[in-house]
This record gives sequence, structure tokens and C-alpha cells, in this order.
Amino acid sequence: MSGPATGYEPPPLRPGELARWTWRQLTSMRTALILLFMLALASIPGSVVPQEAVDSLRASQWRDKHPQLTPVYEKLGLFSVYNSIWFSAIYILLMISLVGCIVPRLLVYWRGLRRRPPAAPRHLSRMPQSRSFETDEDADAVVERARTLLRKRRFRVEVRNGAVSSERGYLREAGNLVFHLSVLIVLVGFALGGLWGFKGGVIVVTKDSFANTLSQYDDFRAGALFDPANLDPFEFTVNDFDVTFIREGREAGMAHKFAADLTYRTAPSAPERARKISVNHPLTLGGTDVFLISHGYAPHITVRNADRSIAYSGPVVFLPEDSTFRSFGVVKVPDARQRNGSTQIGLEGEFYPTYAFIKGKNGGPFSAFPDAKNPAISMIVYKGDLGLDAGAPQSVYALQKKGLQRVTSADGKPVRLDLALGRSATLPDGLGSVTFDGVSRYVKLQVSHTPGQKVALAGVVLALVGLLGSLFIRPRRIWVRARREGGRTLVEVAGLDRSAGGDLSAEIDDLAAALRPPTSPTAPPAGSAQLSSTGSTTSGESS
Amino acid sequence: MTHEQFEVLSNQAVAACAVVYFLAVLANFAQWAAGRKVAEVPAQVEQPVSVGGGSVAPTEAPVADESDRMELFSRVGVALTVVAAFLQFVAVVSRGLASDPVRVPWGNMYEFTLIGTWVVVVGYLLLYRRYSLSWLSPVVTSFVLVTLMIDVLVLYTPVVPLRDALQSPWLVIHVIAAIIATGAFTLGGMCSALYLVKERWQRRQQAERESGQEGPGSGQEAGAATARRSGGYLARLPELAVLDRIAYRTHAFAFPIWTFAALIAGPIWAHYAWGRYWGWDPKEVWAFITWVVYAAYLHARATSGWKGRSAAVVALVGLATLWFNFVGINFFFGSGSMHSYAGK
Ligand code: HEM
Repeated sequence: MSGPATGYEPPPLRPGELARWTWRQLTSMRTALILLFMLALASIPGSVVPQEAVDSLRASQWRDKHPQLTPVYEKLGLFSVYNSIWFSAIYILLMISLVGCIVPRLLVYWRGLRRRPPAAPRHLSRMPQSRSFETDEDADAVVERARTLLRKRRFRVEVRNGAVSSERGYLREAGNLVFHLSVLIVLVGFALGGLWGFKGGVIVVTKDSFANTLSQYDDFRAGALFDPANLDPFEFTVNDFDVTFIREGREAGMAHKFAADLTYRTAPSAPERARKISVNHPLTLGGTDVFLISHGYAPHITVRNADRSIAYSGPVVFLPEDSTFRSFGVVKVPDARQRNGSTQIGLEGEFYPTYAFIKGKNGGPFSAFPDAKNPAISMIVYKGDLGLDAGAPQSVYALQKKGLQRVTSADGKPVRLDLALGRSATLPDGLGSVTFDGVSRYVKLQVSHTPGQKVALAGVVLALVGLLGSLFIRPRRIWVRARREGGRTLVEVAGLDRSAGGDLSAEIDDLAAALRPPTSPTAPPAGSAQLSSTGSTTSGESS
Repeated sequence: MTHEQFEVLSNQAVAACAVVYFLAVLANFAQWAAGRKVAEVPAQVEQPVSVGGGSVAPTEAPVADESDRMELFSRVGVALTVVAAFLQFVAVVSRGLASDPVRVPWGNMYEFTLIGTWVVVVGYLLLYRRYSLSWLSPVVTSFVLVTLMIDVLVLYTPVVPLRDALQSPWLVIHVIAAIIATGAFTLGGMCSALYLVKERWQRRQQAERESGQEGPGSGQEAGAATARRSGGYLARLPELAVLDRIAYRTHAFAFPIWTFAALIAGPIWAHYAWGRYWGWDPKEVWAFITWVVYAAYLHARATSGWKGRSAAVVALVGLATLWFNFVGINFFFGSGSMHSYAGK
């Protein structure tokens, strides 16, 4: 299977020869081995550098932190290793090598399917395993018995010139071929999902609805051949979200049994149905799955103008920052109006489901428990230009502070609003007031459609089956020859294990013992029917 | 018994089994110490030693007189290991019973390590007779002892119920398959490591013998001294071809199980838990790397120029990626991986 021996200096080649030489190199076992190593190595950076497709938030945080490295990494495709040219090149080469390796072997296998076991070599004693003994039995009778014995052991058997040739384990190669072909099937399944599939994330506050159209997603990733017109037209409402936080004991604070109550329609005109979804129990609508990924709090915040008219009101999604659900969020009020002219207002701060406070230098507010037992918000106030008109899309979870300045109180200290549930605070300079009206929970859902999953699954299962055959079927050949020599019959039994880790000695011993004449005395005198053997069956192993 | 009592029982059983493993290690080392003297004799004998191949069968087996004591220690070692494995089994089971509600005893790294080392021991005991593994005893018992100590000192976590994402039948299937494969790969890696050690030792002996033949007698004495120093244990290891074969068979057993754990059960579970069957999460990346490296190992054994030593090295690289995935990902990539189970 390997290419030409190293040290072989190719003479000046004509294009055809060069092509053939290249092909032979590419499909050699050594190349496959090297490509496998390269694939393993090439996978590593993707586990170290945050990947755009895996966690775009972390990827962008990383970019912000490393302004110098970022352009270099961008060039190298390190934020999307598994779509990068160099990664693709490796696995495409591997696949070409695979096809180039498999197809000829398929042909060989096909032709050899009805192959007869090869004739016995002239010197059986030179085979890796061999035994010989002498007996008084007729040579033909021994051969005949050997034939039946091997048949019974499910060998393919043939008798030629007074010797039995036998072979079994043809399916090993079949298993190996199936395994390698299945690798291709898996890749096809993977590609189907990558090209035609999509994955979108959306945060839905309880009581809100979601309709499956592109504009409703917070983030959306689709394959190159995905067509938004093919989105399944379902819609659903998140009626409620349940979560139990363990209250006592050492696991206090751990969330468990969280589930969202949905009512959904598979199409706007379809009847409404109800379903609970939870982690490990997604909702499947047509070819699209809706998964519950995580959850959090959306405090209701109302910002009023100085004349008490409402400038902003509603639940604001805050992103959890730790396991106590201390959460971070911003409120953007572009339409605030003040008595003397108007300025936009931004709030930025944290939400504490169970507010607590430590005094002292390193103290401050924190959340004592993840459940909403004593909710409070603590927000810093900005005024100025939110930058929403600049045209560039903005994250709803961050303020763009370029055009903003912190609002300060009369003594020049920055204003911080610490509001318990139901409380209001008046802003200085006639900027109006802020109220913390209530808390809703939200769920983070992932909606995805991945065609080719079944193909990929079938591929891996088939690969596993083929692999088992390839690893555990042991192809082997056994020969038995009997001939008259000096008035007695010399019987030779030899075997060749063609698998990678085989040891035939026990089987050959077994067969040799079975072939000894049944009438022979239990303890034969030395020299009459002695068993001589060669082979590497000594220390250490007695399988 | 209450859940708390089961937790106490589990901790006590871990302590007890560690003590018994320690005794087993002593017995196993005593066994090889007893055999050490004998090895001096054959070290002087000029003898062709097969390197890599398996066609020549060097009779390195030492004189039989001392073997009685070795045999005795060996039996004591195995018996102690069986007792320790039983205690460890108690520890594993009661760990599961200690949780409320009762769950499988593999939910965090402490438990993975506990049951993983147990799988190594059970695999070794199951194969003990078939492959006459007494030469592996010191390696297995000391490995398990050290790993258990690290587990208790560094990774210990009190019993907690499983997080929602872990509550799935696929936890049972995926994790147990991964643990069995890890145990088997570990055993296979031990054989590959011993292969490398013995191969190097043989090469050096050969080189020293050759230089001894050329030069004056001093070289020969040095060669004999080397053999005396390290020969006792190494000389009694099975010959290279046998080591290679045992290593291969263990890996060949583990590889399909790993394939199933990492590439079938894992993706199916990930589909239900996270909405995608393969997402290049660091843990998934490293599981894939491990798989590819072991596939390379299987290829290496079939490629001329890579058989033997290089293949054994590849196997150890595979083992390194496997352990790195288990330990490293949790500690170094903790926040970046959905599979972070370190501590709380
Ligand atoms: C995606 C890439 C590949 C993977 C994952 C892979 C995996 C495997 C595995 C796991 C085995 C072990 C089964 C056994 O020992 O019978 C194997 C065996 C084998 N592979 Fe591949 N392989 C790949 C590519 C290739 C290529 C490109 C070639 C052609 C040069 C090749 C040729 C072989 C051969 C000849 C065997 C049998 C070796 C033996 O007799 O032990 N493989 N492969």
C-alpha cells in the first residue's frame, strides 16, 4: 500500500508520469498517516482561539483585548479554523487520498471475492507458524480429515496435490473498506448540514411571541446554500418559565428542572398546541428544532420625561454574569425629552435577583441567591448621543459611549441609581425619572435546522460496524500437507495470520493435535510421533 | 442507609482501597526485587537479542530457583489488587447512592477519575491470565494508587445532584463508553510505554555488546553493569513482539468504543442538550484529535517504517491527548467549554 521506497530518485518525468507519481505518493499509506497527523494538529488552534461560529461573543471580546494580534489571526483564519482554507485543504487531501486508496482496493476485493485459497508453499516449515509430526496413518486420510476439520471451522478449503489450502476472514477487508467509505458518508452528511442548514438564537421574554422569520432572530448563521424562503412558518409564545433553585445544602443555588411552557402553531393557520420544553427535550417542528439553552432576567424599567410622560418602558434583557445571576444590561432611551432641549439617555448597570451589600473597600452590591427573592437594579446614567443614527448596527447589550457623558449630581459625583423593586428615582438636571416596575424571566432559545444529520449518523454507525469487522475479523491461511517419507506419513501444519495483531499458535496447535491419529498412544515414545514446532510463541502470552 | 451515610461510606472505601493498593504496590515491587538477583546471570551470557521482530525467541527467562518467591509475591499482589478493586467498586456504587436523587456515579471529575482508574484495574485483572500480565502489575497498581491520591487531594468534590444538561440517558451511555475506552487506552499506553523502554534497553545492550566486542574488556563489564542495574524487570518483560501485540489488541478494543462514545453517543446527546450535534467545542475538538491520533496509530502499525517504535510513540501521543482532554480542558478552557465539569 505504501509508495515507492524512499531514496528512489525519479528521473526527469513526462507530465503523465509525473501525474502518476504524484498520485501514487498522495494515495500511499505514509501520506495518509501524515495527513492524519496534520489534521490532528490543525484542529488544535480552534480549541485555543475562540471561534466565531462557536461563541461569537467570546470571539469579539478576544478581538477587543488583542488589537495587535487580531488582524494577523484574521488573515490566518484563526477565528474560524474549521472553515479555513488550510484546514479544508488538509481534509480534502485526506479524502482524495482516501478515495485513491479505497477504489483500487475495492476492485481488488471484488475480483478476489471468489478467490481460491492459495496453494500450499513448498516449505511449510518456513511459515510463521508451523508444526509437524509423523504418523502411520495414510496420507490421503490425513488430508481428508484436515479438510473436514477446517471446513467445520468455517474455512474456505481446497485440496491440491496432496495438501489442503484454507483461508478465512475475508470480511476483514470488507469491513475495512466499509469503514473508510463511511468516513466519506459522514462527511457528506456534515456538508449537507453546513450548506443548507441554519442555526439561530433568540431571547424571548415570557409572555412574548416569536415567529420564524429572519428579522426575529438575535443572531443567525446559515449555510451558503440556505434560502430564507425555506424557513418553516411556525410561531410560538413563551407563556411561562419554571425554574427551581435548590435552596439549602451545599448545592444551594443550583438551578434544576427548568422548563418553558410554549404554545405553538406550525403555520399561522394551524391549530394551536401546547408543549413544555426543557434541556434535553427540544421541540421539533417539521425539520426545525427549538432548544432551550439558558435563561435569565428581564427587569421592567420605565424612564419618564420631566413632564411624567413615558419615554421608555418595558422588560430589558440582562445577561447573567455568574451563577448567582448577577446580570448586566443597558437601557437606551433615544426619545427622551427635557424641558430645555432634548438629550438621549442611556442606563448601564447590573441586576441582582437577591440584592445584598457588603460595606468596605472591596465591598459593593452582589447577588446572594439566583432566585428573584429581593430584586434590585443598580444603574449608571449617561446622557448625550447614543450613536443610534450612525447607521452601523449596535449591540443591544452595550452602550456606545463615544457620544455619551456620565450624569453627575450637584456635588459632582456620578449618579448611580440603586432601585429596589417598585421604587423610582428622579434624575438631576430635569432629566426625568426611572422606575423599576417588575421582573420577568426570559429564555434563550436556539432554533436550528440541520439537514444531513441522519446521513451523518448512518455514516458513523456504518463506520463503527465496518471498524469492528476490520479490527476483530482475523484473516488467516492454514495449510496441511501429508506425504509418505521413509515408510511413515509426515504431516505438516502451517499457518499465516494476515491480520495486524494476530497470533495463530493456539489455533495451529489445536489443529495439529486434532490431526494426530486418534489411536495413537497417550504418551508416544520419543521420536515416534513427536511434535516439532517453530514460531514466536514463547514467553509472556498464552492466548 | 441515608444518602449522607453512603457518602461517608464512599469516602471510607476510597481510603481503604488506597491502602490496599499501596500494599499491592509493595508486593509487586517485592516480586521484582526478588527476581532482580537472577537477572545478573543471563546478562553475562552472549545471546542474540531480537529487536523489533518476533522471529527469534530469546530465552531471557531467568533461572527458575528464585521464581518461587516471585510467584508468591505475585500472587499476593494480585490478591490484594482484587480486594482493592472490590473496595473501589463499593466506593463507586455508594457514591451514586449518596446522591439525592440516586444517580450514576459519574458526574464530575472526581467521579470520572474514581471510576476510570477502577476500569483500568478491572481490565488488567480480566486480562491477567490470558496475557500473563504479572509484569504489568507494578505499573498498574502504582499508576492507580498515584492517580487516586491526586483524585482525592485535588479533585475531590462533595456529592451534588446532576445539572439539568447531564440528566439524560445519554449521560449513562456516552460517559461510560468514554470511561471504558479511556481505561483501555491507558492500559494499552502502559504496554506501549514498556515497549519503548524495553526496546531502548535492548538497543543499548546491543550497542554495548558490540562496543565490548571491539574494545577491551572494560566495555563489556560496563555493559554487564547496565544490564544488572535495569535488567531484572526489563528482562522479564515479554519480548517486543508480544508487548506490541498486547498493546495493539488493547487499543483495538478501545478504539471502536471511543468511536462510539465520541462520535456517536456524544453528538446525539449534544443534539438534545445543546441543539447541535457537533459544534467544535474544545472538548469535542480534543476528542476528535484523540480519535484521529489513534486512527494514525492503527495506520502506523500497518505502514513500513512506522511499525514498532514509531507506532508506540503515536499511541502515547494519543494517550496524552486523551488525558489532556480530560484534565486540561476543564482547567485551562473551563469557561470556554460547555463541557466544564471541574469542581463546582
Ligand atoms: C479519513 C481518513 C482515514 C481514517 C479516519 C482512517 C482510519 C482507519 C482506521 C481506524 C483503521 C483501522 C482499522 C484496521 O486496522 O483495519 C484503518 C486501517 C487502514 N487504513 Fe485508513 N483511515 C483513513 C484514511 C486512509 C487512507 C487515505 C488510506 C490509504 C492510503 C487508508 C488505508 C488503510 C489501510 C490499508 C488500513 C488497514 C491497515 C491494517 O491492515 O491494519 N486509510 N484506517
